[in-house]
Amino acid sequence: MTIDFTLRTVALGTAVLGIVSGALGSFAVLRRQSLLGDAMSHAALPGIVLAFLLTRSRTPIVLLIGAILAGWVAALLMGAVVRYTRIKQDSALGLVLSVFFGFGLMLLTFVQRIPDAGQAGLNRYLFGQAATLLEQDIVTMAVLGGIALALMVLFWKELKLLSFDASFGASLGFPMRALDTLLITLIVVAIGVGLQAVGVVLMSAMIVAPAAAARQWTNRLGVMVALAALFGAVSGVGGVLISSSGGGFATGPTIVLVASGLVFLSLLLAPNRGLLARWLQRQRSRRRLRVTAVLSDLYTLAQQHDDPEHAHDIAVLRTMSAGSGGVGHTLETLAERGLVRQSRPGHWTLTQAGRIEAERIARGEEE
Amino acid sequence: MTFDQVEIQLIAAVAAAACALPGAFLVLRRMAMMSDAISHTVLLGIVVAFFIVEDLNSPLLITGATLTGVLTVSLVELLNRTHLVREDAAIGLVFPALFSIAVILISRYAGDVHLDTDAVLLGELALAPFERFRPFGVDIGPVSLYVMGGILLLNLLFIAVFYKELKLSTFDAGLAAALGFSPGLIHYALMTLVSVTAVGAFDTVGSILVVALMIAPPVSAYLLTDSLPRLLGLSVLIGVASAIAGYWLAHFLDASISGAMATTAGLIFLVVLLFAPERGLVALARRRTRQRWEFAQAALAIHLYNHEDSPEAVLENRVDHLSHHLRWTPEFAVRVVQMAEQRGLIRRKNGHLALTDAGRRTAQTMLAAT
Amino acid sequence: MTESMDGRHAIEVADLTVAYEDKPVLWDVDLAVPEGTLLAIVGPNGAGKTTLIKAILGLIEAAAGQVLIYGKPYPEQRRLVGYVPQRGSVDWDFPTSVLDVVMMGRYGHLGWLRRPGRREAELAMEALEKVGMADFAGRQISQLSGGQQQRVFLARALVQDADIYFMDEPFQGVDATTERAIVTLLKELGAANKTVVVVHHDLQSVPDYFDWVLLLNVRSIAAGPVEQVFTAENLRRTYGGRVAFLDGDRGGANGDSQAALDERQALPEAGR
Repeated sequence: MTIDFTLRTVALGTAVLGIVSGALGSFAVLRRQSLLGDAMSHAALPGIVLAFLLTRSRTPIVLLIGAILAGWVAALLMGAVVRYTRIKQDSALGLVLSVFFGFGLMLLTFVQRIPDAGQAGLNRYLFGQAATLLEQDIVTMAVLGGIALALMVLFWKELKLLSFDASFGASLGFPMRALDTLLITLIVVAIGVGLQAVGVVLMSAMIVAPAAAARQWTNRLGVMVALAALFGAVSGVGGVLISSSGGGFATGPTIVLVASGLVFLSLLLAPNRGLLARWLQRQRSRRRLRVTAVLSDLYTLAQQHDDPEHAHDIAVLRTMSAGSGGVGHTLETLAERGLVRQSRPGHWTLTQAGRIEAERIARGEEE
Repeated sequence: MTFDQVEIQLIAAVAAAACALPGAFLVLRRMAMMSDAISHTVLLGIVVAFFIVEDLNSPLLITGATLTGVLTVSLVELLNRTHLVREDAAIGLVFPALFSIAVILISRYAGDVHLDTDAVLLGELALAPFERFRPFGVDIGPVSLYVMGGILLLNLLFIAVFYKELKLSTFDAGLAAALGFSPGLIHYALMTLVSVTAVGAFDTVGSILVVALMIAPPVSAYLLTDSLPRLLGLSVLIGVASAIAGYWLAHFLDASISGAMATTAGLIFLVVLLFAPERGLVALARRRTRQRWEFAQAALAIHLYNHEDSPEAVLENRVDHLSHHLRWTPEFAVRVVQMAEQRGLIRRKNGHLALTDAGRRTAQTMLAAT
Repeated sequence: MTESMDGRHAIEVADLTVAYEDKPVLWDVDLAVPEGTLLAIVGPNGAGKTTLIKAILGLIEAAAGQVLIYGKPYPEQRRLVGYVPQRGSVDWDFPTSVLDVVMMGRYGHLGWLRRPGRREAELAMEALEKVGMADFAGRQISQLSGGQQQRVFLARALVQDADIYFMDEPFQGVDATTERAIVTLLKELGAANKTVVVVHHDLQSVPDYFDWVLLLNVRSIAAGPVEQVFTAENLRRTYGGRVAFLDGDRGGANGDSQAALDERQALPEAGR
């Protein structure tokens, strides 16, 4: 029973993580700031360590505040660098990510020298230890995450404006810089919430993957965000269940792999946008083209021949369609539609209906 | 300084130099985050290679890791081409997935071997001197030094030989393609170098520091110069400085060397960000203020010029009238007039302003130049 | 606030100066636009046309100068101003529909936090009908052609119900249908005494579509009614080369004027 309870707690925690990071990550992804999650989660490390050093407390809420403040400072610094210098965003991201994290590592070695700080092991913050989530951790996560989501809903149209057309929004009088700060703050909160479960290195995936997957299924922002939250939750719970099934898989990475799997499936299977759908569409148009081409070829042959009823060898048709295969198959499709007829084996001719159709096509092409 | 300390600093400096070179191009090509991605995914290559040869010291590990780096780039490219996700999202999807696979493989199958994830991310420079390179039984130094040295040479060679192609494909990919240089090939070659460098530096400085050393020094240099050769040189210089200063910082604080080096790289950047001539924030702020006053003085000169020898001249040239016409606050107007006077652009007579010859020329130049 | 007073200017710009690094991109621009005018801003590449609009709207910082809308500073009069930015300024793969984009034009009126509702949707549909895009209301914006995208942006500005409209290259790269739709719209706005300022790239159509023209090349070369200001001399001063088409037959001479335009290599646009 204890195991079940722990499992439930952990699953709940990762579900919260997934929902919050999926939803808020949608905005990051849409604004082409996918790697912001990576940068912010690395930047959070010195915040966490400093919070511990200053307060000597390891209560999650304290560390969380440290993470959020550090992420916030990092985001502000990045924004300033990009705005006032010619340094581009990707460099600013990489810079902040590595320097802040390095600084955090340096501080961590201070911590490790303090006698009772043995628990503040590196691994916990690097990869998270979802398995050690306590009920009160979940509560903290849910409350903070809930506030972040509530703010997102409250400022929905402003955030949509920010993400789609910031300069139009500015022309309307909205303070776009402040809104940008708001969004970044929400994302940093989402990251802080998730760090305990998946850790620094893998948190970035939780911001990007659910949203990237969700985008493939819908063209509406609201649906995308909701779907991303769902995918996030599924990844979280799924990862926890798989990793606890006794395979010895670490939880954090498993969650990330489930999320990545969802992305892969979405890219493949989504209707309209998905790769499979696109392939099918291509096949369909190719078939359509082939039908038109063979029909027209038969028509041409009929016109050039003295006897319009003459059945032509399929080999001739194949030569005329040199390069694109499937003539036999196309002829069968045409026969099903009543447009051609096989008067002797391997020899085909147009039916009356086929002739009319071919004429229609010819007229269309000449226009 | 003990001999060990010297060796450590040497290794760190060589590593920094080796990282700065490809890093400069990553920054210029807006692919800085690929360094982050690759330095994480090489772990997968190392793990897989390890499973094959079961020897931590085999050169196959470097090969495997390098291949994974190239794999990363290819996957990102593939995702990009579907047009279903953006480039930044592609990077953010590929590397965590590969890294997760690596971590799972390690924790499941290699738990008892020293393939420590801590070390992977952090490296352990302090231990570097202990592994010696002993060709023919002669101890000529730490292994890491030779590995990083070799990589440094490789990077230098590549840049020297392909300088033209690198430069062109970085600044004008279209032109490069038109001229027959394959930008795609250069891209993959560069990424391979990044992978090799990341792998080589793994053991000693860890993956996070690799990213810091690849990005921070070039970014600082980017604020200091416009010339590519100087950018490369400065990147190396700043990288080496970060390495050495970082070592001493770690020594003084008894902290992680890698962390300290990343921190010093960041501190150097901060100083450059603020105080770089022309591009630093301080210089920018000063320029903006200067511009405001200069434009105002030029506007004053032009205003006076436009009304010279006209009936309204008597009215327009009064100091107090400026506030009204040019819509300046009285205080601002007074200051501008003072400055213009000091610069010899105008003369003051009984509350009237008149242009000097210099002032007239200024006005004419501003009006003519467009 | 919007009744027309004789002699009142809808837009007054004084000494507007915008600098990028150390170079002026807009220098000392004065402009007084009477209400109800259709004004074209023309000039070579890098002349600061987009910069001018952005500076007026407060989207970029001006080094000097002032903007008054109906006699009051711009920030106080935002409600009266509508904006159609360049199409390329936005990611058209964003998951949203045509109607949704147009409704964004009402966000200014809604203010903070309030959600768009039925009324906003109705207004948006009306605007879409005016530009001939009502059938596309539910369409995902990535499925639109360039001209359709432009019309969506126009509808978004129309729904703002403004008295003054700023449009940045609305005719750039659109099909004939869209061009006709835009021109019709311009005429309607003019007839309704709205003031419309348009950054325009095609010199030939200036006299046909616009009442006033501002010839801009970092400085204001000339501004005023087209008949008075749109002369060969002024164009030469603006573009710095021979502008062939004005010296005779119009047909097919666009190529020459294009060459003249490119001849004048002016400063790079700040475009931030």
